[in-house]
Amino acid sequence: MQNLIEINSLTKSYRRDSIEVPVLNNINLQVPEGEFLALMGPSGSGKTTLLNIIAGIDKPTSGEITINSTDISKLSESALAKWRATNIGFIFQFYNLIPVLTAYENVELPLLLTHLSKEERKKHVESALTIVSLAHRMNFYPKQLSGGQEQRVAIARAIVTDPVLLIADEPTGDLDKNSAEEIMTLMQRLNSEFKKTIVMVTHDPHTAGKASALRHLEKGDLVSEPIASGKD
Amino acid sequence: MKVLKLIVKNVFRHKLRTTLTIIGLAIAVMAFGLMQTAVTSWNSSIRSSQVNRLITRNAVAIVSPLPYSYLDKIRQVPGVEEVTYMNWFGGTYIDQSHFFARLACDPNTLFNVYPEYQLSKKELEDFQNEGNACVVGSELANQYHFKIGDIITIDGDNYPGRWEFVVRGIYTPKFKSTDATQLFFQWNYLNEQVKQEFPERANQVGWFVERIANSADPGTVSRNIDALFANSPAETKTETERAFQQSFVSSSSAIINGMQYISFIIVGIIMLVLGNTMIMSARERTKEYAVLKALGFSAKHLIGLILGESLVISAIGGVIGILLTFSMVNGIGENIPRSFFPSFEVDPSNLILALVAVVIVGIVAAIFPIRRALTTRIADGFRFVG
Repeated sequence: MQNLIEINSLTKSYRRDSIEVPVLNNINLQVPEGEFLALMGPSGSGKTTLLNIIAGIDKPTSGEITINSTDISKLSESALAKWRATNIGFIFQFYNLIPVLTAYENVELPLLLTHLSKEERKKHVESALTIVSLAHRMNFYPKQLSGGQEQRVAIARAIVTDPVLLIADEPTGDLDKNSAEEIMTLMQRLNSEFKKTIVMVTHDPHTAGKASALRHLEKGDLVSEPIASGKD
Repeated sequence: MKVLKLIVKNVFRHKLRTTLTIIGLAIAVMAFGLMQTAVTSWNSSIRSSQVNRLITRNAVAIVSPLPYSYLDKIRQVPGVEEVTYMNWFGGTYIDQSHFFARLACDPNTLFNVYPEYQLSKKELEDFQNEGNACVVGSELANQYHFKIGDIITIDGDNYPGRWEFVVRGIYTPKFKSTDATQLFFQWNYLNEQVKQEFPERANQVGWFVERIANSADPGTVSRNIDALFANSPAETKTETERAFQQSFVSSSSAIINGMQYISFIIVGIIMLVLGNTMIMSARERTKEYAVLKALGFSAKHLIGLILGESLVISAIGGVIGILLTFSMVNGIGENIPRSFFPSFEVDPSNLILALVAVVIVGIVAAIFPIRRALTTRIADGFRFVG
């Protein structure tokens, strides 16, 4: 299967005062199209930094990162913003919905950047909310929804533009066990049924076990070869 | 336009804070409008001064009189088309609180030099033919319900005694800025009484007013008039009506300048009020802006969101403030003595100034929040705890 993500010799370091702090060291990673990859590692291992670089919201210090045949390390900020809008769907730990917008309006947000008409946007939003089984809550505000429902709205927002890659940062980190189970089942469905490539960061081995592949990061290094994770 | 809904929802996210900000803005805009209206109204008397009118007064002081005999000499000066003269009468009508200008004038020339005081032909003839006749401005007539035939009694102070004048005309102002709160009576009537009571003060006028030809140079005519009376016991100082008005109100100019400065300080205060609200809002939404940027919203979109919110708040506050200004100005205008501000009303220029100030405030208040939203890295925004 063709690789959707190609990372070669990628490094990332931050400068604190006059000290260079390395975060990622010589990362080489290939993620095939349709894979559900879990990135695990202790705090400070660089997994969120790697996720941010893959998502195009942070830039590597050196190395190459090609996603869907685009070398995103060479894109300008405005080009990256456009690229993210069409290629990436974000799922955050704390959902990050806009509180003054309804579930429908939150899901519609990424579509405001497209040329779709209001009617077309409506179809896409309703379809995304139906996939996450929240079409009946489309006029609810985030505070009127449970944590699991909020995360499902966030997933609907992530998939509404039909991106090639879903980025999930601790998607079950703020949820109880049952809600977390529901979210992971939904993400597995997005991967298997809708063929979405997913890169997920998690602390939780049980959650990571739902992915189809698992990589460990430690102190900025990818320490293990790909592990085929057994899907539940 | 697609994010307009989000702008509107953001404006009223914190209803109490936004409402208080809007009230603050409205009051500040109203204060700005009132100050500007006062300044404009004060200056309107100067603006309404005619460029082709000169005032000749005693070079020593305005309160020092000039000989009536100067009249014929001034008439001979090239460029002078018409000359009239007046005396400040003063006096008290009812009591000190009922103040309006009372002036002794020449009924034959006054309305030629001041064509903006409009009087019917019959009323003018009646005024000219009856010794103790007077004419009053229409606003003064409205205020005291004066009508033709009424007798107005004034207790004199500069000219002691009890003076009675019969209303024989009510002049109307040609322009909004024309003073229609004055009372004019015949200088001859005054002079005859003065001859009997205070002969040493007879045949004196307060000042002369010259209407000059449009082609005449006011400076040259002024110099020529003053040259006639150089080295005489009563030297003159001739200047344009505008310069005369300016010197007349110069004692109040510090207050007016102060009001002008204060009105612009108020604009600064509005900026601080709105700027504070916008900075708080933007700080609270740091994570949301990071999310929007992650979703693909560009700098242009974020600028639109923040600037739009700032402009909506400032526009609401501004419009309410302007409406309040109108009602306040109307209320004050009805109660303030007309002789103090002949025309106290919102000038269109003040309206434009207030609107421009509101827009500038909206833009300036958004600068820091926009800068913060644009310069905060997305990853840092996600980690922000407000």
